[in-house]
Amino acid sequence: MKLNFRLVLLIAATIFGIVFSLPSLTQSERGAKVTLGLDLQGGLHMLLGVKTEEAVASQLKSVASGINRFAERNDIVIDSLSATSDMVTFELLDNDDAVALDGYLKKVEGTVVKATGGSYQVTIAPAEVEKLKVRAVDQAIETIRNRLDQFGLAEPTVAKQGVDKILVELPGIKTIEEEQRARELISRAAKLELMAIDEDRAMRVNDMDEAEATGFGDKILPDALQPNGKHLVREIPILDGTMLTNAQVGYDQNNNPTINFTLNSDGAQIFGDFTAKSVGKRLAIVLDGKVYSAPVINERIGGGSGQISGNYTTAEANDLAIALRSGALLAPIYMMEKRSVGPSLGADSIRASLLALVSGFGLVVLFMMFYYGLAGVIANLAVVINLFIILALMSLMGATLTLPGMAGIVLHIGLAVDANIIINERIREGFRAGIPTRRAIAEGYQKAMRAILDSNVTQLLACTILYVYGTGAIKGFAVTLSMGLLASMLTAIVGSYGIYQLFMHRIEKSKNYTLWFGMSRRKGA
Amino acid sequence: MELFKEDKVYNFLGKGKIFFFASFVLFFLAITIVATKGFSFGIDFTGGTVVQVKYTQTAPIDKIRESLQKSKLFEHATVTEFGSPQEVVIKTPSSTVGLNNDIGDTTKEILKGTGDFEIRRVDMVGPKVGDELRVKGLTAFLLTLMAIMATVTFRYEWRFALAAIIAIVHDIVITFGFVSYFEVDFNIESVAALLMILGYSIHDTIIVYDRVREHIEESKETNFVQIINEAVSRTQSRTTLTSLTVFFVVLTLFIFGGDIMMGFSFPMLIGVIVGTYSSIFVAAQLVVWTGFSVADYRQKMAEKVKMRAEKEKMRAQFEQGIV
Repeated sequence: MKLNFRLVLLIAATIFGIVFSLPSLTQSERGAKVTLGLDLQGGLHMLLGVKTEEAVASQLKSVASGINRFAERNDIVIDSLSATSDMVTFELLDNDDAVALDGYLKKVEGTVVKATGGSYQVTIAPAEVEKLKVRAVDQAIETIRNRLDQFGLAEPTVAKQGVDKILVELPGIKTIEEEQRARELISRAAKLELMAIDEDRAMRVNDMDEAEATGFGDKILPDALQPNGKHLVREIPILDGTMLTNAQVGYDQNNNPTINFTLNSDGAQIFGDFTAKSVGKRLAIVLDGKVYSAPVINERIGGGSGQISGNYTTAEANDLAIALRSGALLAPIYMMEKRSVGPSLGADSIRASLLALVSGFGLVVLFMMFYYGLAGVIANLAVVINLFIILALMSLMGATLTLPGMAGIVLHIGLAVDANIIINERIREGFRAGIPTRRAIAEGYQKAMRAILDSNVTQLLACTILYVYGTGAIKGFAVTLSMGLLASMLTAIVGSYGIYQLFMHRIEKSKNYTLWFGMSRRKGA
Repeated sequence: MELFKEDKVYNFLGKGKIFFFASFVLFFLAITIVATKGFSFGIDFTGGTVVQVKYTQTAPIDKIRESLQKSKLFEHATVTEFGSPQEVVIKTPSSTVGLNNDIGDTTKEILKGTGDFEIRRVDMVGPKVGDELRVKGLTAFLLTLMAIMATVTFRYEWRFALAAIIAIVHDIVITFGFVSYFEVDFNIESVAALLMILGYSIHDTIIVYDRVREHIEESKETNFVQIINEAVSRTQSRTTLTSLTVFFVVLTLFIFGGDIMMGFSFPMLIGVIVGTYSSIFVAAQLVVWTGFSVADYRQKMAEKVKMRAEKEKMRAQFEQGIV
C-alpha cells in the first residue's frame, strides 16, 4: 500500500472539512461559524422603502426657513412665502432689496432661482435632487443603525438594497412585543420642529380648514395629548432638529419623564433671537407633526435648551431620546416586506430538516452499500467528506444557512452519489468487456469524467445566475448547491479514485467483483 | 446487485411514437390546467400577509373566522389548518405600509379571546416586492435557459441544445401542471425547485448525450436511431439509480419537511419523476427529429481534427523558423 497524490488530496480535504466545520457543529465560541438564517433561529426581517421625494420637500422647507430668517434679520419685507413639494415661492415687496436678497440666494447651494418682477421661485437643481435622494437613504441606514445599536440588540443587520431600499434583520427578537418596540424605534421620524403659533388667527383655528390656513402661510397641527386639540402655527418652522446636539430623559416637577434637548450654537442663537422679539407669544414644540406643548414665551431664552413633556413612560421617553439623539430621518420609511419567525417555529424547522437530512442520508447510504458493495461504501465516504467540506466552506465564508439552504444540502446528498454511480457503472462495463481490473478502473474514471464535467459546468453556470438574480432564500440555495458541486468533484472524482489506487493490489488479487463492485459473479470475469 | 442486463440494447425509439403521444397529451393537459386553474401564488408574488398561529388546544377555526370578519383588513382572508389541528394559517391579500401598527399586531388584537395562542410567523409582502420578484424570477429562468443553450451548443451541437431545451420545458410544464392541479402554494421556494428541476433535467440529459457523442466518435455505426438506442440503454442503469437516490431524499423532504417546505418539495418530487422519464424517452428522441446527421457530424469532427493538425504543423514550422 502506498500513498498516492489523490489520496493525499482527499485526506487533506477531510482534515480541512472537519477542522473548519467543528466550530459550527459544536457551536463553540471561537472560530468562524455558519450563521443560522432568521427562518431557522427566529427573528425579524424587514425590507424598508425610503420615500426619497420627501427628503427633497423637507430640504425646500429648510431653504424657506433660511430665506425667512435672512429677510427678518435684514428688514427685507417679503410676502406669501410658501414651500411646496417642489419649489419655494415668495414676493419681494421692495425692489431696492433685490441685490441683497439675490446675494443671499446665490449662496444657498444647489438651488435654482427664477425671479420675474418681484415674484421668486426657488427650486432644487436636478443634480442636487439626485444627491439628496442618495443621501436620504444613506442617512436613514446610518440613523437606523445608530438607533438599533443603542437599543441593545445582538448583531442587527442594516444594509442598503437596490437604490432606495433598506434591509433590516434582527435575529435577537423573540416576542411580538419586542418586535413592536423595535419597529417603532426604527420608523420614528424623530423630526423636532420649533414653530411659532400664529397669534393673530389662533382663536379661529377650530373654524379654519387646511386651504384657508395655507392661504395665510399657516398650518393646522393636532395636539399630541388632547385628542381634539388643534393648533395654528406658522408654516415655516423657526428651527428644526438638525440643530439638536443632545437629548436626555429628565423628570418634571411632578416626577413625570420628559425629554430635555440641547441646541447647537447656531440653533441657540436663532432660538434666542426669536424668543427675544416674541415675548408674550406662544412657541409650539412639534415632534413628528404633533404639538407636544405650546408654552408662552416670558423672556428671551438663551443657552438653547428646551423640554418636551408628554404622557410618557420612562421606556417610551428613553426610546424617543434615542431617536432624537440619532437624528431625524431625512425621509420617511415604509414597510415593503416583513417576515418574522418565532423561535419555536425556527426550532421546529431545524428539527424537520435535520430529520429529512438524516433519513434521506440513511436511505442513500444503505442503498449504495446494498447495490455496489465496497464501491458503495467508498462512494458513501466521499459523500460524508463532501458534507463536511460544504459546512467548512460555509463557515469560512460566514454564510447564512436558511431553510431552503438546508433543502439544498439534503437534495445534494442524492445528487452527490451520482458521480460515483456514473463511474461505477463505467467500471462495471469494463469488467463485463473483460478488461483487466486496473485498466477498467482507470478507463471508467476517464470516460465518466467528461460527462460529469460537462454537466457540472452547466449547473455551476445556472447557480451563478441564480445567485445574481435571486433574493435571500434563493441565494442561500445557490451557494450551498454550488459548493456541493465543487466539493463533489474533489471527493467523488479525485478522492474515491485515490482509495481504489490504495487498494488496487487487493482488488486485482481477489477478483471478487461481488464484494468490491456488487456485480453478480459470471464466467470469465 | 444489477438491475439491468448489460448487453441488451433496448429499442427505445421503436416505441417513440407512443411516448411522444403520451408526452404531447400530458404537456397540453398541463398547459390547459395551468391556463384554466392558474396557480395559487403565495404572497411572495401577489403581496399580502400570512400569519401562522399556534394554539395550545385545538384551533377554533370558526371562531377565528368570525373574529376576523370584523376587520376590513381581513375581508378576503382565508383560515386553514396547517400541519396540525392546533395550528392555523391566516392568509389575506392586504398588507400594511406603516411600521408602527402592522397586520401581525392587528391579528393579535383581533384574536384575543379565541383562546391561548402564540403567533409563530408573520410574513408580509408589499405589492411592489411581488412584481419585482416575478420579473427577477423570469429573468433568471430565461438567462439560465440561454446559458444552457450556449454550453450545450459549444460542447455538442445546436440540435442537441435545442432538443435539451425542449425536454427541459417539457419537464417544467408538466411538473407545474401538477402544482396547479393540486393547488400547491407557488412561492419563492417553488422558483428554487423549478431551477433545481432545470438543473437536474439538463444533468440527466447531458449524461445521455455524452454517450451518444461517444458512440458517434468511436463506433462505425451510421444509423443514428441505433446509436441512440445503444446510448440510452447503456446509461439507463445509472439514470434509474440516480433517480432513485434523488427520489429517496426528495421523498424524505416531502414527508418531514412539512407544509412549510411544500412549495419546494412537491414540485421537486414530480420533477424528478418527469425528468427521469424525459431523459430516457424524450430528450434523445428529439435530436433525431431535429434532423441530426451522423455523417455530417463525423465530417465536421474530422475537419476540426484536420484544422487542429494543420495549426500545429504551422506552429511547428514557425517555431523552426521555416515560415
